[in-house]
Amino acid sequence: MPAEPPVVSPTSLAQAFVLLAAAPHRPIAGGTDVMVQIAAETTPIPERMLDLWRLNELRGIGLEGGALVLGALTTYTEIRRSPLCAEHAPALVEAAATIGAVQIQNRGTLGGNIANASPAGDTLPVLLAMDASIVAGSLRGERTVAAGDFWPAYRRTPLRPDELVLRVRLPLVPGRRVRYRKVGTRRAQAISKVVMALAWREDGGVWRDVRLALGSVAPTPIRATETERVLEGAAPRETVADHAAAVLRGELRPIDDVRSTAAYRKAAAARVLHRLLREEGGW
Amino acid sequence: MSYELIVNGVEFEVASPGMRRLLDVLREDLGLSGTKEGCGEGECGACTVLLDGEPVVSCLVPVCQADGHAVRTVEGLATAGPQGPVLSPLQAAFLEAGGAQCGICTPGMLMSAEAFLASGASPTEEAIREAIAGNLCRCTGYTKIVEAIELAASGRGVDAASDA
Amino acid sequence: MTITTRPGPAAPVSPAAPSPVRLPRAGELARGHARGAPLRREGPAKLTGTALYADDLVTPGAWYGATIRSTEPHARLLGLDFGAEFDWSRVVVVTAEDIPGDNVVSLITDDQPILVPVHGEIRHQAEPVALLAAADRDTLREAKARLSLRTEPLAPVFDPLVSSQVFAHYEMGKGDIAAGFAAADLVVEGTYRVGHTEQLYIENQAMIAIPREDGGMTVTGSLQCPYYVHKALKRALALDSERAVVIQAETGGGFGGKEEYPSLLAVHAALLARRIGRPVRMIYDRHEDIAATTKRHPAIVTHRTGVTRDGRIVAQEIDLVLDGGAYCTLSPVVLSRATIHAGGPYDVPDVRITSRAVATNTPPNGAFRGFGAPQVEFAAEMQVNRIAETLGISPLELRRRNVYREGGVTPTRQVLRESVAAEEVLERAAEAAEFERIRERTARERAARTAGVRTARGIGLALGWHGAGFTGSGEERMGSVASVELTAEGAIRILTASTEMGQGTKTIFPQLVADELGVPYDAVEIAPQDTSIVPDSGPTVASRTAMVVGGLIVKAARRLRAQVEERTGRPFAESYLHDAQTWGGTREDERFEPYPGVHFDDATYTGDAYPAFGWACAVAEVEVDLDTGEVAVRSVVAADDVGRVIHPVLAEGQVEGGTLQAVGYATIEEIKLHDGRYLNDRLQTYLIPTAVDAPRIDAILVEAPFAGAPHGAKGVGELPMDVGAPAVVAAIHDATGVWIHDLPASPERILAALDGHKPPGPPGISA
Repeated sequence: MPAEPPVVSPTSLAQAFVLLAAAPHRPIAGGTDVMVQIAAETTPIPERMLDLWRLNELRGIGLEGGALVLGALTTYTEIRRSPLCAEHAPALVEAAATIGAVQIQNRGTLGGNIANASPAGDTLPVLLAMDASIVAGSLRGERTVAAGDFWPAYRRTPLRPDELVLRVRLPLVPGRRVRYRKVGTRRAQAISKVVMALAWREDGGVWRDVRLALGSVAPTPIRATETERVLEGAAPRETVADHAAAVLRGELRPIDDVRSTAAYRKAAAARVLHRLLREEGGW
Repeated sequence: MSYELIVNGVEFEVASPGMRRLLDVLREDLGLSGTKEGCGEGECGACTVLLDGEPVVSCLVPVCQADGHAVRTVEGLATAGPQGPVLSPLQAAFLEAGGAQCGICTPGMLMSAEAFLASGASPTEEAIREAIAGNLCRCTGYTKIVEAIELAASGRGVDAASDA
Repeated sequence: MTITTRPGPAAPVSPAAPSPVRLPRAGELARGHARGAPLRREGPAKLTGTALYADDLVTPGAWYGATIRSTEPHARLLGLDFGAEFDWSRVVVVTAEDIPGDNVVSLITDDQPILVPVHGEIRHQAEPVALLAAADRDTLREAKARLSLRTEPLAPVFDPLVSSQVFAHYEMGKGDIAAGFAAADLVVEGTYRVGHTEQLYIENQAMIAIPREDGGMTVTGSLQCPYYVHKALKRALALDSERAVVIQAETGGGFGGKEEYPSLLAVHAALLARRIGRPVRMIYDRHEDIAATTKRHPAIVTHRTGVTRDGRIVAQEIDLVLDGGAYCTLSPVVLSRATIHAGGPYDVPDVRITSRAVATNTPPNGAFRGFGAPQVEFAAEMQVNRIAETLGISPLELRRRNVYREGGVTPTRQVLRESVAAEEVLERAAEAAEFERIRERTARERAARTAGVRTARGIGLALGWHGAGFTGSGEERMGSVASVELTAEGAIRILTASTEMGQGTKTIFPQLVADELGVPYDAVEIAPQDTSIVPDSGPTVASRTAMVVGGLIVKAARRLRAQVEERTGRPFAESYLHDAQTWGGTREDERFEPYPGVHFDDATYTGDAYPAFGWACAVAEVEVDLDTGEVAVRSVVAADDVGRVIHPVLAEGQVEGGTLQAVGYATIEEIKLHDGRYLNDRLQTYLIPTAVDAPRIDAILVEAPFAGAPHGAKGVGELPMDVGAPAVVAAIHDATGVWIHDLPASPERILAALDGHKPPGPPGISA
């Protein structure tokens, strides 16, 4: 039976900020990561916890200032059921559907995926590929951090001890497309071996603003910038795909771990990218 | 701390640390040991209960987050009859089709299936399998569980038709 | 002190009170799935949550127990260090010195200690060294963190091929192997490796020990074999038979994993309970359960096969190495079954099989559904499928030319006189799966495949056999007893130690007895699996329950019926109540007698290794993602000959469940090791198939009755486990053109073959 650290359950964000300003607390949203870490004792048992579940200010999905905005407590189930997400971020819907199974999707949150900062976080490559920004807040006010700056090192974030993830902004880019693919060990309840999101905008027969983001192939979710350069300004032809796949294979530095091997991750990532390019190129 | 839970329609006042798992509160404080623990980390689904009608793994829900909410467990499926409890159509279908073998995954499996049937989703084999993908069973190969849920769904369909 | 159900809380619990639960009446369900067979006896309790598994039992005043384990694969134990900053009077500690009886886990050899003594040798990473108990879990957690071991490291051995410690070895064969190879047109060779896999019953190991007023001990828990635990308990605690009582709680799956390990856990709980004088609960969490309990033996199997151009297998030379882990456990028996089954269900004139089970510094391996046969039958069927490819003969046709038929002779020189259904299961499965038609289609697709195709479909077939019941003279030595009684109150009761763990014992036994006595199913009760009540009818293993123990109760019921009918002169059903009133109770104990004409010679290892064999064929269809090597097993048709079907729904359930375990074995299940420790010792990392990974499974039950058993049944539990994996791997080959020689055929292994990069290391070897 796991340890039971003390917990407070504020009912407003203002209360939560005051509590966090007074003393460090480990936040808990849907608990799908935190409860496991406490049970498995993979991290030190927190001294005190802050239950975010009642903070309704952190819920809701809406359009705001040219962006799709999702509250940090948005669950994967809510993402899957949201018509707005289906219209503006289908890749995020796809990612949400690959996480755990129904029970986990009912509790796990987008904000939790972001703050947990796992290199295998299934939505994180989508956020990177879509140039998302993450709004954090504290008693001191709000600040916005680009997804690209949010995971600087293994399981690290720029969040200060008194800060919470409040919401995520996904800018709406006309003509942008995003593809998503997760490779896991089984079809449900699986942590990814390779997860990939590829975004681009087609402009006069070539791709612009190409973003290729991956998870589970490095200590953090990453952008494959060398491969992006190959694809930027190019069209998804076979020679381009061959080149991009080869560059990606050379660019990635994954590791062997309990889930897979470095060799597999490199090969699978390259072949999945090649496939996405083939499908988009229609050859 | 004190928390209020509505479990199978009955209100309870529970004194417990807030981070205590809902699973432990159900099993130890309320004596509802029908909900099982298989892994303690949200992978096997044996501890699945319905929280406000949606399946959750009760090993990952701290009781503070269930405060004021409705919880449904396997004990809430059968109904009272003159000669004791009567199995729900879903339970009866599991019994008939052979959906329970060792029985340890069964309570959680039933709760996921119950939520699926209540959702009104079309009971295709694919949809049923996705609905129970978070519940591991090592005995059945899932074949007879899927058949049992199909059977229960067809029963409900018949009921709905005859009511109309 | 007794175990009671949990007291209700102050507030009302739930509208659903405990049983009896009314079963649905006929016609209340849309379709008749049980097809006339009775409904699972303990089903309503399981479906309403009222069935009581060990962790559901309430034990007032109980303390919680924990195990202190080694964290090195091989070391000398120098001592225990008790942290100074903890008040040790709050807990109880048990070490090897506190064991009143023998410090051995009673199995085949006395090599495994219950707790490693100071100056003793630690032989694996999860070895128990001391036990702790506390009144609450927080204190226990605190104490556990402050107790450490002082050790002196020793060099570990991880590779079974270099291990010099041999637990058992066999050599068997028939004919003249040199002449066999001389007659061959070509020789095909292959080496196949399989790793550790976990039974993964969903209920973890759990045991509750309660001191008895007579100075003895009652242990209640999750277990397959009450009398194995009983024997271990008596010996470790120096108790006589009456003062050691073992009771099976409702058991959430076993699959072999609760065959031997519960003996160790029961003794641990009992040692703590004895020391404190209170009940002690030892309920493993999943992490400890995977880290410390037995796994399927890894194996390395090498085949050299002589064949003729027209597809006759004429010579088989097979060498087999099993990794037993740190202690002997049941390895010699697993090895024996593996050796006998290693050639597969083929009548080959000249055969030589050599085998050994060796020690490594990894946790001991043990029983898991199939008991050595799945490992060797994977290798045998891989070999046969590769031979078919080499010869350009259909895998179905090649088998037709070589399978055992009546009169066939096995490598132990057993003549298969009856109940040989190899051909029948082969033809039934192949026909139902349209094997040849689909194989032609997948061959066309393969030939026409262009570079851009993402997925490839394939079909594969495997055939297997499984000796029913114990190997050799095991059953004769065991001398199992089972009873049927008519009580003075007029109840009909079955008394056996055979446990229900999901497979249906509690349903088929009353069915068999009711049928024999001509009374309704509901009129027959089954006594609890409690060693103070039921006789020793042997362990619930080896698919022996339906055949052996089922046979005993049928005979006992037959005698009971004859007695009552002789006394009353009327049919049993009409007269037994009156008979009980008049004469009081009647109990018939039936002791196992060797099946007529079945003889085995332990000294030469020749003769009838099994009274009969069950036969199984699986045809699997897969879809392989050529980009990632991911395999979706779409369907499996499984035809299994079980002798006689007692309950179709339960028998199909066994075939379906065993088939999915085999699919997991084939595709994703693999324990990875580092420094002799299991790396994936949690459910987040040891993955088994979910409902969306599981194929559509079509179970075909075939009946080739065994005349030696009164009801003809041969057993069903293990058969499907033997054939699923090679069928899936053959289908992967059919789809991709690559042979994966090691299990699991993981995406990593498949993609390495497709992509040409370095494959992962062999399964079962610690890095």
